[in-house]
Amino acid sequence: MNFLKFRKIPLAWLLLSRQPLRLLVAIAGISFAGILMFMQIGFRDGLFDTSVTIHNLLDADLVLISPRSKSSISMSGFPKRRLIQALAQNDVKSVSPVNLNYLLWRNPENLKTRSILALGFNPDDSILLDKEFSKKADLLKNPGRVLFDSLSRPEFGPVEEWFKSGRKVQTEVAGKRVLVEGLVELGPSFGADGNLITSTETYLKLFPANPKGSIEIGLVKLVANSNSQRVSQILNKSLPNDVRVLTKDEFIEFEKNYWKTSTAIGFIFSLGAFMGFVVGCVVVYQILYSDVTDHLPEYATLLAMGYRLKSLFFVVAREGFLLALFGYLPAYVSGQILYAVIRNSTKLPIIMDANKSISIFFLILVMCMGSAGIAMRKLVDADPAEIF
Amino acid sequence: MSKNKDLKVATNKNSVLASNLCHYYGSGENRKKVLDRVNINIKERELVLLKGPSGCGKTTLLTLIGALRTCQEGSLNVLSRELNGASRKTRQRLRRHIGMIFQGHNLLRCLTAEQNVQMGADLINGLTYLQRREIARKWLLEVGLEEHHKKLPNALSGGQKQRVAIARALSANPKLLLADEPTSALDSVTGREIVSLLKRLSKEQNCSVLMVTHDPRISDMADRILNMEDGKIF
Repeated sequence: MNFLKFRKIPLAWLLLSRQPLRLLVAIAGISFAGILMFMQIGFRDGLFDTSVTIHNLLDADLVLISPRSKSSISMSGFPKRRLIQALAQNDVKSVSPVNLNYLLWRNPENLKTRSILALGFNPDDSILLDKEFSKKADLLKNPGRVLFDSLSRPEFGPVEEWFKSGRKVQTEVAGKRVLVEGLVELGPSFGADGNLITSTETYLKLFPANPKGSIEIGLVKLVANSNSQRVSQILNKSLPNDVRVLTKDEFIEFEKNYWKTSTAIGFIFSLGAFMGFVVGCVVVYQILYSDVTDHLPEYATLLAMGYRLKSLFFVVAREGFLLALFGYLPAYVSGQILYAVIRNSTKLPIIMDANKSISIFFLILVMCMGSAGIAMRKLVDADPAEIF
Repeated sequence: MSKNKDLKVATNKNSVLASNLCHYYGSGENRKKVLDRVNINIKERELVLLKGPSGCGKTTLLTLIGALRTCQEGSLNVLSRELNGASRKTRQRLRRHIGMIFQGHNLLRCLTAEQNVQMGADLINGLTYLQRREIARKWLLEVGLEEHHKKLPNALSGGQKQRVAIARALSANPKLLLADEPTSALDSVTGREIVSLLKRLSKEQNCSVLMVTHDPRISDMADRILNMEDGKIF
C-alpha cells in the first residue's frame, strides 16, 4: 500500500483538463508535429531501407564491385575474371557474376516505357536468399525469358494480374521482345520503381553495349565458418585495384551511405522532421506558457501556503510529460495508418519499427519537456506577496 | 508536491513579536516608508483585528508576518523564528506553519472543495494520501461543507468559498492564521458566521489569528483591536 502514501492530487492533469478545448488543441498540435516527424523520418528511413532491398536479398558473403561504382544507380563494370581469381582463395566456395543496369520496360497495357532495374545472372547460380528462386531461375534458361518483380510500381502494367490469371505476358525491354516466365518479390526503391531478373544470356541480348567480360557485381560465397572480414581483406590485397571487395554488410552500408552523403534526400527529410519538432515546440510552449500565466495567482497561493517553487516546477514538468504522452498516442496511431496507406500506394517498405516509435516518442518528450522548461521561467513571476 | 524538511517551530506565549519594524518601497528619491517602527505582540490563541485606512501599511505588515517578504529593518519574530535576515528557504518553511486566508479566496479553480483543502493537508509530513484526504473531509465537516466536497469553486457561493479557504488554511495545523479582509465580499450575517467559525476553530487549534479588516460589524468578536495609520500602530 506504499503507493497510497506517495499518491498526490493529480494537479498537473487537473490544471490541463480544466479547459478541455485548449487541451484538445494542444494534443492536436503535438500530434500534428508527431505525425510530421513520423512521416519525414519514415520517408528517410524508407529511402535508406529500400535502397538496399535487393542487397539484403543477395545470397552472398562477399561482394565484388568496381571502385568507380557509386551506388546501385551508377554501377561501373569490372572484369569478370576477378571472380575466377577470387576462387583461388581457399575460403571461397563459389562465385556468381551479376550484371546490373537500367533498361526501358514497355508497359504491355498502355505501351508506355519506363526505366526498370535489370539483373542478369547465370540461372544455375543461386543469387537470392529465396528457396523458391532456384526453381524460377530454371525458367530463365530459355532465351528472352524474364522474372518480373511483382512489387514493382503499377506504372509497369498489370503484369502480376495478367500472369496470375494465366495470360501470357509479353512485352519489350530495351526494344527487344521478352516473355514474363514468373514473378519474384523484391520491392521498388527510391532508385528503381521496378525490377526484373533474367539470365546473363538474355541480359546481354537486351543490353548488347555491355562490354564483353564485364560485370557490375560479383557474388562470393565462402565455406562454412569462414571469417568474411578476414577473407575480404585478403582478397582486397591480392586482387588488382580495378575491383573492390566488400562484405555483404559493407555492401549494404556502401549503398546507404550514398543516399545519406551524396544526395540531399537524407538532409531534406531530417530537416522536415526538425521542422515538425520546432512546430511542436511552439505549440506546446504556447499552451504551457498561457497555462502558467492563467494560473499564476493559484501558483502564488501555493507558494504562500509553503509550497516550494521547485514543487511548482514539477507540476509544469508533469503537464509537459502528460502532453507528450497524450500527443504521442494519436500521432503513433495516425503514423501507423499513414504508413499503411503509403506502403499500399508506393510499395515502399515504410514500417513502424520499435526504433522509430521510441525515437519519435523521445523527440516529442524532449519537445514537451523543453517547452515546459521555458514556460517554467514564468513561474518565477508568481509573487506570493502580491496575492494579498 | 514534494516536501521540505519540516521546520521546528517552538510555540511560546508570543506568536508574533515585532519591534521597531520598518519597511520601505522604492529606492532613491522614490523611497517611501510604509511601516514606521511598528511594535506589536500577538499572543497564542489571540484573535487580533488590524484596522486602518487604505494604504496605511496593513497588508505590508501582514505579508511581512506571513514571511512573504524580506524583513528590511527592525526585528520580527514569528513563531519563535527571527525573520530579519532569514533565508528564502527558512521563510518558505515557516509559511507551512502559517495559515493564510485571502480576500479573494484564491481557491484553485481546477480542484474540488475537498482537493483544495487537501492541498493544505499535503504540507503535513508523514501522512498517507488517505490520511490527508481524511483531514480534508474533517475540516470540510467542521466548516459545514461536507455535502459540497465534490464541488468546484465556481459552483460554491462566496460564503462557501470562504469556508473552504478557512478549512484549507486550518488543515495544515497552523500556529498562526493571517486573514486579509475575509468578510469584505460577504453579507453581514455570513461575515459574522465566518469570523465566529474562524474564532472557534482557531481556539480549538491553539492558533493565533491576525485579521486585517474594515468591517465594523465584527469588531466585537476580537480579543484585541490594533489601529494603524501612516505605517504606525496606535
